[in-house]
Amino acid sequence: MAYIPHTEEDVRAMLEAIGAPDIEALFDEIPAGLKIASLPGVPPALSEMEVGRLMFRRAAQDGRPLNFIGAGAYEHHIPAPVWAITTRGEIYSAYTPYQAEASQGTLQAIYEYQTMMASLTGMEVSNASLYDGASGLAEACLMAVRANRRSKASRILVPRTVNPTYRRCAEAIAGTQGLVFEDLPYDPATGCTVMDALQPFEGQDITAVVLQQPNFFGQLEDVDAVADWARAQGALLIAVVNPTSLAVLKPPGEWGERGADIACGEGQPLGVPLSSGGPYFGFLTTRMEHVRQMPGRIVGRTLDLDGRSGFTLTLQAREQHIRRGKATSNICTNQGLLMTAATIYMALLGPQGLERVATACMARSAELVDALSAQDGVSRAFDGPRFHEAVLVLDRPVQPVLAALAAEGIVGGYDLGREYPELGHALLVCATETRTREDIDLYAAALGRTLRRAAA
Amino acid sequence: MHHREPVIFELSRPGRSAVSQQPPAAKAEVPVSLRRRSRPLLPEVSELQAVRHYTRLSQLNFSIDTNFYPLGSCTMKYNPKACNTYAMLPEFLTRHPLSPESTGQGFLACMFELQEMLKAVTGMKAVSLTPMAGAQGEFAGVAMIRAYHRARGDLARNEIIVPEAAHGTNPATATMCGMKVREIPCAADGDVDIDALRAVVGPNTAGIMLTNPSTLGVFERRIVEIKQIVDDAGGLLYYDGANLNAILGMVRPGDMGFDVIHMNLHKTFSTPHGGGGPGSGAVGVAERLMPYLPIPVVGHEDERYRWLDERDLPESIGRLSGFMGNAGVLLRAYVYMRILGHEGMRRVAEYSSLNANYLLARLKAAGFDAAYPERRASHEFILTMKRQARENGVNAMDFAKRLLDYGFHAPTTYFPLLVPECLLIEPTETESKEELDGFADAMASILEEAVTDPAKVKGAPYTTPVRRLDDVRAAKQLDLVWKPGAS
Amino acid sequence: MSNVPGDLRYTRSHEWVRTLPDGSVEIGITDHAQGALGDLVFVEVPEAGRQVSGGDAFAVVESVKAASDVYSPLGGEVIAGNDALAAQPELVNQDPYGQGWLVRLRPASAAEVEALLDAAQYSEHLASEG
Repeated sequence: MAYIPHTEEDVRAMLEAIGAPDIEALFDEIPAGLKIASLPGVPPALSEMEVGRLMFRRAAQDGRPLNFIGAGAYEHHIPAPVWAITTRGEIYSAYTPYQAEASQGTLQAIYEYQTMMASLTGMEVSNASLYDGASGLAEACLMAVRANRRSKASRILVPRTVNPTYRRCAEAIAGTQGLVFEDLPYDPATGCTVMDALQPFEGQDITAVVLQQPNFFGQLEDVDAVADWARAQGALLIAVVNPTSLAVLKPPGEWGERGADIACGEGQPLGVPLSSGGPYFGFLTTRMEHVRQMPGRIVGRTLDLDGRSGFTLTLQAREQHIRRGKATSNICTNQGLLMTAATIYMALLGPQGLERVATACMARSAELVDALSAQDGVSRAFDGPRFHEAVLVLDRPVQPVLAALAAEGIVGGYDLGREYPELGHALLVCATETRTREDIDLYAAALGRTLRRAAA
Repeated sequence: MHHREPVIFELSRPGRSAVSQQPPAAKAEVPVSLRRRSRPLLPEVSELQAVRHYTRLSQLNFSIDTNFYPLGSCTMKYNPKACNTYAMLPEFLTRHPLSPESTGQGFLACMFELQEMLKAVTGMKAVSLTPMAGAQGEFAGVAMIRAYHRARGDLARNEIIVPEAAHGTNPATATMCGMKVREIPCAADGDVDIDALRAVVGPNTAGIMLTNPSTLGVFERRIVEIKQIVDDAGGLLYYDGANLNAILGMVRPGDMGFDVIHMNLHKTFSTPHGGGGPGSGAVGVAERLMPYLPIPVVGHEDERYRWLDERDLPESIGRLSGFMGNAGVLLRAYVYMRILGHEGMRRVAEYSSLNANYLLARLKAAGFDAAYPERRASHEFILTMKRQARENGVNAMDFAKRLLDYGFHAPTTYFPLLVPECLLIEPTETESKEELDGFADAMASILEEAVTDPAKVKGAPYTTPVRRLDDVRAAKQLDLVWKPGAS
Repeated sequence: MSNVPGDLRYTRSHEWVRTLPDGSVEIGITDHAQGALGDLVFVEVPEAGRQVSGGDAFAVVESVKAASDVYSPLGGEVIAGNDALAAQPELVNQDPYGQGWLVRLRPASAAEVEALLDAAQYSEHLASEG
């Protein structure tokens, strides 16, 4: 019996101590009609060896195509120590650090993570992680509603250049509490939010404005202008940011005159593998004045009975297990393991390493865009500065092109047709520091072949 | 005496770095107005320094791999290494979630089969794997109940009934869904107070959230009656699957009449707790809630697997994550369920209950007070230290801290709130009799200390890296980030 | 045994009310409440000018183990919140009926004050809760 250590002798001795004739008797409080005799729908047990073969086969079936998609999840080199350490049993199989004395490793790692994340985003304080970037935006919007006492409205302005899945997720999670989300259009030439679009909202009760940098198209927004506009309107500014980019881009804490109020986003680029979509982690940082409105766990440093420095969960009274119906959020389990990986990643990269990763991403993606748009039938959608993604427009539908590339072992990009039909046959492509010159040439050649083949 | 591991920034030296981890410097132009001017506070250490630092930090933790961890309601069973190994196969690990489905049939097959197995063990009609933790699963469940009533024009139904012993996520979730919480008490025997339930149901009842076995560690014996009462009032039944371990393979929530259930894959299906997640809160639904399932869900037609999204489920409550949930966690749960197989599921319930009832018997014999002494333990049970607190001034927290000195992680303390000075103890099925005996012996020893030397217990722990920490100071003098110049 | 001054009025949710000479009232939480909460780490009080009804949650007292709403015993207009509590929340623990006052209010009606529990009734309530 997998993972169950009991011998027959053990069972006999235990039943005797309990005073029960058999194990079945332990379930005598359960109405007989509810107990099932068998469990159809679950296959017979496999040994570890047999499961291993099955999983190897399934993995081999999927293979490892060459990846050029970003769109919210980014392939980066993950230093070997990150997961070697993160999968140590003391980290992997530890629980939430409720008993602080038994969890100083976890707690100190969180404190270090909070420090790094707050600084990276130019803010003063961070939580210990949320589920992911998309749900993190929902939590940030709910936080803004709580924190913006002046506003009675619960209205959030969301540019169309914000990741559309994040928008949908925020609506699903925060819409049930009456939050209303309104679109802001973008300039078709630059792929960035237009300041003119904000004008109709002037003088109205707006709770918060969201701005993503770099935006979903990879373009760089005029963050100062939007931040200052929000502040002048008495609205909070929620910045959705890419953590790698923050090595070279002005962080949210420095946007405009006084900075953004809340920064959030997807932490996956920091040492977390793509892993078919998760687990990732969301980060959320803010200024001290809003710390009590911040959802999620927070670790603080304090002293023990002997005056020694130690770490503990703090401000727990905001959380579900104490505040219950009036909690800042219902979040309990978060994404601790991924946050640990990110902390080790940031420690290994350091400020210079992260900057080099960021600049390498920018350089590689510029090369990618040049190489692809040099092919006939491919053009750039937008002018203006970018980080590591770009929108290309093809002269024909995107899906068949992507399918042909996939057949050659290349995952070419993300089809924007469903969410942005106004862009035509648009494809979002990405190259990080992991893509070499050879990779890019391979893609460009394959793309060229595909486009010429269809035309012929 | 423990050497304090410095905060990593204290190890930094300007210019030091793990050089082999960096790509070569590249030229990239950021417009001046958007350029970062200040350096972020990240450590400047060598690779060995970073490795040593985080390895040493890990050694400060209690974990399942190193200690018996009887945290009630958390199901701290062994996290099989096989689950980690196979979930982290390079092809699964490097796959971008938005890759074409043609490049993900192996992965999707695992996801589909996981959905099917979870349907089977819960007796539900459909499953969505997307919620990323129990709390998100709860949100999905209540949001689906809300969607169901709204679709029928039943807008007055905005009350969720929650037993007062419920986990805090339950009422917090109801509020997050824009619902009002109606709490009902439990009877003295631990079951929900049926008369109180009758008094509170009505035309405003959207549903009831129940855990079974309950958070009091006992099976809700009148579940069929509860179902009838709520049904008659037009409400739906939500099942909090936190305690599924106690009945896995033996009872199916679908058979108990629940409309929606969330499972905690990081409890019952043994995915790692990771120091606070990631979890997974997959949800299962009965027929009438199927249209509202959170997306995406894996479908299977014409021999191929594909994601079902907004187009297939237009009435879905929507997306709860950026992609499809905690894929890596789901792979681990899949491997675990394949290793257990249908024979293994029932064993989980049998042996987790055997271990809990045995430990309860040993502790009662040692002189501890069970909160519900006439009831069978499910897979967990509650002791109350009320008497020791009154007679010796030693409370549940003191017992918990002293257990750390004996090398055991403390049980859950002060939950559920309605039992004073309680310890909620869940051994799980993967622990041996010797481990349980060791724990019972330690508890007996501390009980004696509480009488003969209460100050010793109240001053515990003594052997952990830090002694008891000043929580009040932590909350009043907020030190949440390291600053240069701090010691 | 917690302290229950005889000259104050009380609520079942452990707030106390003192009528001041000018007809305004001072409101706080009782000795029993502060003991149950433990050391306070944070107190949130309403702004001057806010209108409240009896039963509205208008303040929050937070300790390490709990964050509790404080309910206004009466309807009226907030004259002031006790700003000293921002830096010294422990005043509520040390002197719950004096320096630990939370809110000063101009009540909408004197009759509502009379309807509150007196010291004997509150003490009885505490005994029955126990």
